[in-house]
Amino acid sequence: MIQEKFDAIVIGAGMAGNAAAYTMASRGLKVLQLERGEYPGSKNVQGGILYADMVEKIIPEFRNEAPLERRLIEQRFWFMSDNAHTGMHYRNDDFNEEKGNRYTIIRSQFDRWFAKQGQAKGVLLLCETTAVELIQDPYGKVIGVRTDRSGGPIHADVVVLAEGVNGLLGTRSELRPRPQPSQVALAVKEMHFLPAEVIEQRFNIKGDEGVVIEAAGTISKGMAGMGFVYTNKESVSVGLGCLVSDFAENQTSPAHLLELFKKHPSVAPLIAGSEVKEYAAHLIPEGGYKAIPKLFGNGYVICGDAAQLNNAVHREGSNLAMTSGRIAGEAIFQIKSRRDPFTADNLALYKQMLDESFVIKDLKKYKDMPDLLHTQASNLFLTYPQLVTKAMENFVRVDGTPKIEKEKHTFSSFRKARGALGLLGDAVRFARAWR
Amino acid sequence: MHFVVCIKQVPDSAQIRVHPVTNTIMRQGVPTIINPYDLFSLEEALRWRDKVGGEVTVLTMGPPMASDSLRKALTIGADRAVLLTDRFFAGSDTLATSFALSAALKKIGETFGKIDIVFCGKQTIDGDTAQVGPGVAKRLSLEQITYVSAINEVNGEDGTVTLERRSEGGVQVLKTNLPAMITMLEGSNTVRRGRIDDALRAARAEIVSWNAKEAGIEDVTMCGLRGSPTVVKKVFAPSPRAEKAALVEVGATPAASAEALIEAVLAKSPKIEDDLIKLASGF
Amino acid sequence: MSDAKPAAPAAGAGRASMKKELPERFRNHKHVWVFIEMERGVVHPVSFELLGQGRKLADKLGVELAGVVMGAPGPDILHACQESFAYGADLCYTIENPVLADYRNEPYSKALTAVVEAHKPEILLLGATTLGRDLAGSVATTLLTGLTADCTELNVDDDKSLAATRPTFGGSLLCTIYTLNFRPQMATARPRAMPMPERKEGREGRIVPFAVDLHEQDIITKILSFIPDRDSNKTNLAFADVVVAGGMGLQGPENFQLVKNLAAVLGAEYGCSRPLVQKGWVPSDRQIGQTGKTIRPKLYIAAGISGAIQHRVGVEGADLIVAINTDKNAPIYDFAHLGIVTDAVRFLPALTEAFRKRLSPHTRDRMAG
Ligand SMILES: Cc1cc2nc3c(=O)[nH]c(=O)nc-3n(C[C@H](O)[C@H](O)[C@H](O)COP(=O)(O)OP(=O)(O)OC[C@H]3O[C@@H](n4cnc5c(N)ncnc54)[C@H](O)[C@@H]3O)c2cc1C
Ligand SMILES: Cc1cc2nc3c(=O)[nH]c(=O)nc-3n(C[C@H](O)[C@H](O)[C@H](O)COP(=O)(O)OP(=O)(O)OC[C@H]3O[C@@H](n4cnc5c(N)ncnc54)[C@H](O)[C@@H]3O)c2cc1C
Ligand SMILES: Nc1ncnc2c1ncn2[C@@H]1O[C@H](COP(=O)(O)O)[C@@H](O)[C@H]1O
Repeated sequence: MIQEKFDAIVIGAGMAGNAAAYTMASRGLKVLQLERGEYPGSKNVQGGILYADMVEKIIPEFRNEAPLERRLIEQRFWFMSDNAHTGMHYRNDDFNEEKGNRYTIIRSQFDRWFAKQGQAKGVLLLCETTAVELIQDPYGKVIGVRTDRSGGPIHADVVVLAEGVNGLLGTRSELRPRPQPSQVALAVKEMHFLPAEVIEQRFNIKGDEGVVIEAAGTISKGMAGMGFVYTNKESVSVGLGCLVSDFAENQTSPAHLLELFKKHPSVAPLIAGSEVKEYAAHLIPEGGYKAIPKLFGNGYVICGDAAQLNNAVHREGSNLAMTSGRIAGEAIFQIKSRRDPFTADNLALYKQMLDESFVIKDLKKYKDMPDLLHTQASNLFLTYPQLVTKAMENFVRVDGTPKIEKEKHTFSSFRKARGALGLLGDAVRFARAWR
Repeated sequence: MHFVVCIKQVPDSAQIRVHPVTNTIMRQGVPTIINPYDLFSLEEALRWRDKVGGEVTVLTMGPPMASDSLRKALTIGADRAVLLTDRFFAGSDTLATSFALSAALKKIGETFGKIDIVFCGKQTIDGDTAQVGPGVAKRLSLEQITYVSAINEVNGEDGTVTLERRSEGGVQVLKTNLPAMITMLEGSNTVRRGRIDDALRAARAEIVSWNAKEAGIEDVTMCGLRGSPTVVKKVFAPSPRAEKAALVEVGATPAASAEALIEAVLAKSPKIEDDLIKLASGF
Repeated sequence: MSDAKPAAPAAGAGRASMKKELPERFRNHKHVWVFIEMERGVVHPVSFELLGQGRKLADKLGVELAGVVMGAPGPDILHACQESFAYGADLCYTIENPVLADYRNEPYSKALTAVVEAHKPEILLLGATTLGRDLAGSVATTLLTGLTADCTELNVDDDKSLAATRPTFGGSLLCTIYTLNFRPQMATARPRAMPMPERKEGREGRIVPFAVDLHEQDIITKILSFIPDRDSNKTNLAFADVVVAGGMGLQGPENFQLVKNLAAVLGAEYGCSRPLVQKGWVPSDRQIGQTGKTIRPKLYIAAGISGAIQHRVGVEGADLIVAINTDKNAPIYDFAHLGIVTDAVRFLPALTEAFRKRLSPHTRDRMAG
């Protein structure tokens, strides 16, 4: 029996958990953090892009010491058909600013560093320790957790559930519903190791500059999904994800799609000759605003992926996780300083503060997007990419066909595939969901 | 009884990458672990502490980061951790390592109580030499028993230990006097998972950290690169074979494929047939 | 902090100076020695492999090759000397003492240290066996000289230094290590890493007895008993001409029988990759690779083995490597000579049958074990 009681127990040492633990400990709370992996980040997966602004709000000087891979100066969007891509490249030398805006990171390194900062503030972190059960008092208030180590439960005033999308603790205790297959994407990712010089040459960058490629199109075989290629210092992350429900319906596997993506003539040369050392699969919550569960209750709050706080359209997750963790920490600190109990009523403060932040505002803005992407998947991800490719080919290939005929052909192919009304409808639907 | 376990933090060799151009180890993102062989020695020390009483101290020499491994050892159940760290130790070979470790072990004996058994791992997965343990034993005049598959008795009264040592053709049952240096064979026990209270204690524990001077080392020229008689002159990747395997076409049936494969084997290496015939006829 | 780290050139003259400046006291160290490992009267084959390599080193240096034989007084000593001569030794130092009947670190390291100090070899080689590693580490520490463990290649450079090459970082890299300014230069070598030299029956050499003062009552560690390995027909895996091995691709323990069946038809030994040992499907003495056996067969057939580097280092010495794997990108195809991309579980019975047919005129049909 452990006599000691903590102010807060944080479940998970991912982005949300680390932000919450750091925020509370640096304000003097006594925090215990539990992480099931061998070390923070050992099993965590991200493409991954880190958005500096949200980290800065927690650790202003993080750029000096955090393990960052490359500073992103160029973004490529690729609309892909089977043998081609039509792309837009946005590169801006202003991104070479001293305080970069976005960086690539490797989560196993970043999470470890982030957790260390919390430890330095007094967080007691136990790795290889899985929280297996929430302890509730007779009134249903969460008062502690039981772990998979022998020696009894540990108690705390409040529990922060930052267990990620896969975490079982919240679902098992019925504090949040198990995500539906249509609300989560399954993403797979490989790390392709290459010497830094080769990466720099292939992506037209130097020093710590980096490039991101986001790709959509026929690579997902008509399902809602995207592929990506991110540059790290000495590796290139290549991955792809689609909704779990789509994989099930289409009887295909993410591994198979990734194989095809890597073989795509636009992608293959970027990773040729590399050594693959890491293959990871992970879920991404993509249900959006409508899928967010109740974020707080008697003695607990939920943050990050565990609360479906993920913006699938902008491929943002870690920053929402981090921000929700920070806000949870701040709310808990406020309640604690007032010496109020951690009842559901008092913890509603977390929800209020979160509503005011970009997290909930952004998710609200795109609340219809998940449904649209899902219902329109085959148009958006199969028909249009092929049409666009055809159009581009018509435009670029010089073969003696008069231009006017080429244009006609392009338009008619669009109309044939989607019909004039269909085209119009798609545009309207998309604009609405975006608004 | 005072048991000291020497552990080393090593890169997880399963995840090591070699830079294809410079042939150096790409350490980026390679996780470090406690040398797996050391865990069997740690577990054995904990078992005997639980049985006969006493304390288990873990010792490592390495960069400050190596304290992660020490903390892990505390989580598993060790009582105390000592980190030996100093830039003078950089580049140590096994002779220099055993020099530094034996100085620290002496100091541990003086500071925390006389040592009865020094446990080392059978070997490391990075250095892979199996020399540091014997080196330490020789320098401290400890009885040296390596490749131990079981410890049958640790007798505090008469200061002896009875154990089984794996040798080439069988197992030697040995009895020797303490203090001794023992290395355990892999699989000789199952490493425990620490209790939650061990984990809490470990997370807070102060790790004793000594530099060369604090460990009682006066002559630092015996340490690190300068104290190492061996010189690594060249590191290189195993030469890749120029061509990949010739692939035999898969036939309509497994039997057809089998025939094709045998033909290919004989074509590549005609002499094999004689050898096979000889073997098959039981010579 | 391993000896395998690429060392930056030492600033100033350290022990490990990159330049050879052999101190005066080491200048009279001469000749190449091999410790002849004998347990229960049987010489470990690695000693002969070392004599083969030692012969080449000695010839290149223009010096003699000596064996060091120790044990209890009796015919085994003479026999071991004759064997050593047959495999290339010019002379043998012999130390006979009842205390040396069975291996124990203390008397063995005392005896070897004493003979080294008296007769001063420039190179001293031992097998990287349990005995050899236990002994070499102690002796090198007493002599305060360099020792390179578990070598796979030994050479002498133009400046006559021993260049000892060994795998490091789990076999991902090789490194070449020197002991420039100390003597003797010591190394242990991995069994089967070097070829067995040709045996010259009746080749003769000198026997130089060496006396060491050893008394049982001074030795602290006592041998209570010796339990020989139960399995008297111990695996001959390391020395087999043909080896068939299976890996995780076999899917389940029951399918390992397919490997055994093929081995039986071929009169081969069978082996496996490490996970099968860890799962308890196959006993550990059948494991091939870095932490298992190194093999040098004429033919190696690997079924359902991915060819991880740790496995590769144990089989690379094979003359012909044949891989059966469903994944045409499996790393094993990078070093196998022949391959077939197919399901091993379905293919092995067919291969066994095909070999059986082909060899049947010669086979005394033995059933699989
Ligand atoms: C392929 C891929 C690419 C992505 N790319 C990006 C990107 O480029 N940019 C971006 O911002 N986001 C990206 N995301 C999303 C981002 O990774 C997540 O939103 C973010 O990791 C969420 O953080 P979290 O702390 O909520 O959860 P996690 O990072 O999943 O952390 C949860 C932690 O809790 C631990 N845990 C779970 N259960 C227990 C338990 N019972 N006891 C103890 N510990 C437990 C886990 O081990 C884990 O460490 C990507 C995701 C994927 C899968
Ligand atoms: C310190 C250390 C030491 C190690 N030492 C050793 C060692 O000594 N020896 C050793 O072997 N390993 C060793 N390993 C482990 C090594 O890294 C690999 O994990 C191991 O060799 C993999 O074994 P495998 O090829 O059988 O299994 P896997 O890697 O799981 O590969 C199975 C293979 O079978 C193929 N396959 C699947 N189904 C079929 C089918 N139906 N038919 C045909 N093929 C199929 C797959 O494509 C795959 O290539 C060590 C690891 C470490 C970290
Ligand atoms: N730097 C070190 N710190 C503590 N113990 C070590 C160190 N290096 C080696 N050892 C011990 O010596 C054993 C054998 O190491 P090695 O000779 O490198 O194979 C290891 O298993 C450890 O127990």
